[in-house]
Formats: sequence, structure tokens, C-alpha cells
Amino acid sequence: MSHTRNSELSDFTHSELIRYSRHLALPQVGPTGQRRIKAARVLLVGAGGLGSPAAMYLAAAGVGTLGLVDFDVVDLSNLQRQIIHGTGDVGRPKLESAAERLRDVNPFVAVEEFATRLDSSNATEIISGFDIVVDGSDNFPTRYLVNDACVLTGKPYVYGSVYRFEGQASVFAATDGPCYRCLFREPPPPHLVPSCSEGGVVGVLPGIVGSIQALEAIKLILEEGETLVGRLALIDALKLRFRELKLRRDPECSVCGEHPSVRQLIDYEAFCGAEATVAQQAMEITVGELAQRLESRSDLLLVDVREQYEWEICRIVGAVLVPLGELQARMRELDGTKEIVTLCHLGIRSLVALEILRAAGFSRVRSLQGGIDAWARQVEPTMAVY
Amino acid sequence: MWIFRLFFSSMQSPSSISVRCRLFARYAEIVGQDEVTLSLQRDATVAQAVAVLRQSVPDGARLPEQPMVAVNQEHALAGQVLADGDEIALLPPLAGG
Repeated sequence: MSHTRNSELSDFTHSELIRYSRHLALPQVGPTGQRRIKAARVLLVGAGGLGSPAAMYLAAAGVGTLGLVDFDVVDLSNLQRQIIHGTGDVGRPKLESAAERLRDVNPFVAVEEFATRLDSSNATEIISGFDIVVDGSDNFPTRYLVNDACVLTGKPYVYGSVYRFEGQASVFAATDGPCYRCLFREPPPPHLVPSCSEGGVVGVLPGIVGSIQALEAIKLILEEGETLVGRLALIDALKLRFRELKLRRDPECSVCGEHPSVRQLIDYEAFCGAEATVAQQAMEITVGELAQRLESRSDLLLVDVREQYEWEICRIVGAVLVPLGELQARMRELDGTKEIVTLCHLGIRSLVALEILRAAGFSRVRSLQGGIDAWARQVEPTMAVY
Repeated sequence: MWIFRLFFSSMQSPSSISVRCRLFARYAEIVGQDEVTLSLQRDATVAQAVAVLRQSVPDGARLPEQPMVAVNQEHALAGQVLADGDEIALLPPLAGG
């Protein structure tokens, strides 16, 4: 017995024994468990709000190999919650900033970097190389993609998501457990679930949910305790209430059911309706066209429907501010003889504004595709983005 | 407990049941409240409860026709039959990360 223990401990250097001493003291971890953690390979999708704490705790715990997938760049507006990045990292690739931080947290961890957007062409190959997938993505197409790829490759999918003050966590696609699609068969229409950049999120919340994801990954590695397989944890941060729902596998699930129709990865952007429909395109104006129109001094009325604080961050010269919530009441201020372009941060609220104006009889209204964010990136590079 | 319920229901044999409906995240924002009590026909299903909810609260029609529903803290399919006193919860998927 003591011989076994000694040989298990021989896998660790003296400094690792000190580093992991609080784990080694736990009966549920000990030298055997710590070896399993060291041998584990965990993939993190996204180095953002959820990925920050998840990656840092998994690195600190001594997970031998951490894969990171991210294609984004650190933005000032990320720092309120994405604690793996610092102020000096603004403008750097998130992958570079996160990997540097993780190597500092624990130099015994190998960080594998995937500087790409996870999609149907690469997901199976990337995920196949890991034991567990922790999803910290921020959009529906990626969530359905990760779920399906995990089901098809047989890897547990540690799920977490946040919006405003509410969070969810679970473990999907584990043996005999339900998958994300058993719960949410089809993605909601885009207008029904605004993103955190439109709706906001309290910065601590992804810290809590991402930490739960790291905890679940560790328990899956150790095969100890009760994981969230078959349960959905619901966190209400405003009231600080934790609830849970019992989940069950849906025998009619299109990916993990008895007669699956999804047998390989599909086009998730199209599945989630993330690509603009033809009808939507007809209602929109691109930033390029808007720039030309403004340059040629055509008679356009630019109605910015964002909030005052957003207006203070950046604005297009010549626009008027009418926050979406005030639009109905202040409609009389708008000159109905002019062609109107509504705009917001990302082009979602402006579509709602367009509907309101059209319903009120304004006939020539279009919405700025991609919002002021697209304008800043494509037309006015000196403009602040958020 | 179930004996009591059985006794109670055979005595009363009510033609309608009362179901507490909880709304989460975006759904609560859409209808402006996070809890609604619904009066339903006996043997109403989850799908019928959702249909009644969509008609009876302001902006209810903006809720999806087939949301993810839990009955008494368990994920339920649309055809599940409800009983008096059940709690149903409507959960939107969240995408933020």
C-alpha cells in the first residue's frame, strides 16, 4: 500500500507536492486523484467571462493540459468580468493574454492554443483531442455546435451561461445523461434572447458560473461526488437563490435520441437564424452605404436608439439620440418626410425601433446593420468601441 | 399525502385547477412579472398551460409557443398533464458567456 502511494507521489516534483498539498489532503483527491487531474486534458471554448475563472481554477488545480479556443481580442469593456485579462492586455489576442496568465498561475500546465473560431469544419478534430469540454462561449450557434460535437465524439459537455443576473449550469452529453438539445430543442428567435452586450451582465456572475464549471470538470476527472449530469442549476444572483431542475433524456432528441436526425455537424449559423434573412436585409442599410449617403449629404435622419451612457461613449456626427424606451412618446419630434436610419450598438434594438416606426406610419425607415460597432470598425476606426 | 389528495379530489372533483407559473430571465422581463397564477381546466397539459399564459398576461404572445417548461422542478414535455397546485416554470435559454 505504502509502495503504491510512494510510486504515485513520484510523479510529482517537490514543488508540485507543496503546490497541491491542499488537494493531496482531501480523501476524495489524494495522490491518486491528483495524478488523474495531471493526466487530464480539458478544452475551454472561449476565454471570456466564464472561461476566465474556469481556466484559472483548472490551471491552479493542476489539470495537465488545457486547450483554449478563442479568436477575439481583449476589449476594454471585457475587463468588468473577464478577470484573466488585465488593463495592459487591451488590444492583444485573448488567447495570448490568457495563456500567459495561465502559465503564471501554474507553469506545470501545458496550454494548447487554438486561435480560431470553433466551427463545423474544425470542432470534431479539436474536441477529439480532449477528455472534457467546458463551454464559455457567448452565442447559440457555438453552444449547439459544442453540444452536438460532444455527443458525437462522446465527450462530456460542461455547460454554463449567463444573462444579466441569471445563470445556468449543467453537465450534458455524459453517459446516460441528457444533452443541451434534450432541453432546448431549437434555438430561440434572435430577438427573444439578447446577448450580454445588449442586455448587460453583472460582472461577478460569470465568475460564479465559470467556477461551478471548473468544479464540475474536476469532479468528472476524479469521478467523485455528484455532478450536474441530469440537473440544471439555476442561479438568481439578484436574490441569491440557487434552484435546480431535474432533467431527463428526450428519447426524441435529434442528436442523442433513439432515432437521431443529426449524425454529423451542421451549419449552426443557419440553424440558429444568426444570418440575416432576406426580409431582414431589405430593412437594413450597411455601414458602407450609410457612409456614402452621409458623404453625398443626402437627406437622412439618423436616429440613435441607444441609452445616454452609450451615447457618451461614442456617436455618429449628425445623429439624434432617442433611447428605445422613449421612442413611442417622442416620435412626434421626428421629421416624417425624411428617410430615417435607426441605429444602436449591434443592430438589434434598431430593428425593434424600425418596427415601432413603421407601425406608426413612417414608411422610409431602415436599420443600420451591425450598429455603431460595425461603423466604428469599418468606417471610423478612431471611434471608441465597447 | 396522496391518500389525502385522492380523498380531497374525490370529494371536491373540481372542474378547474390552479397552477403557479414562474417565469425566468428574459421571459419575466417580457411580461413584466416573474410569477402568475393560472386557472386551468382539469387535466390540462403543459402545452395548454402555456397557451393560456400567452393569452392572459400583457405581451404574453411574445413568449415562444413551445418554451422549455419544468413542472415541480422537473423538465416536462408538452403533453404532460398538470394537477391542482403544480408549479410550472418557463426557462429561456441563455447564451451569454
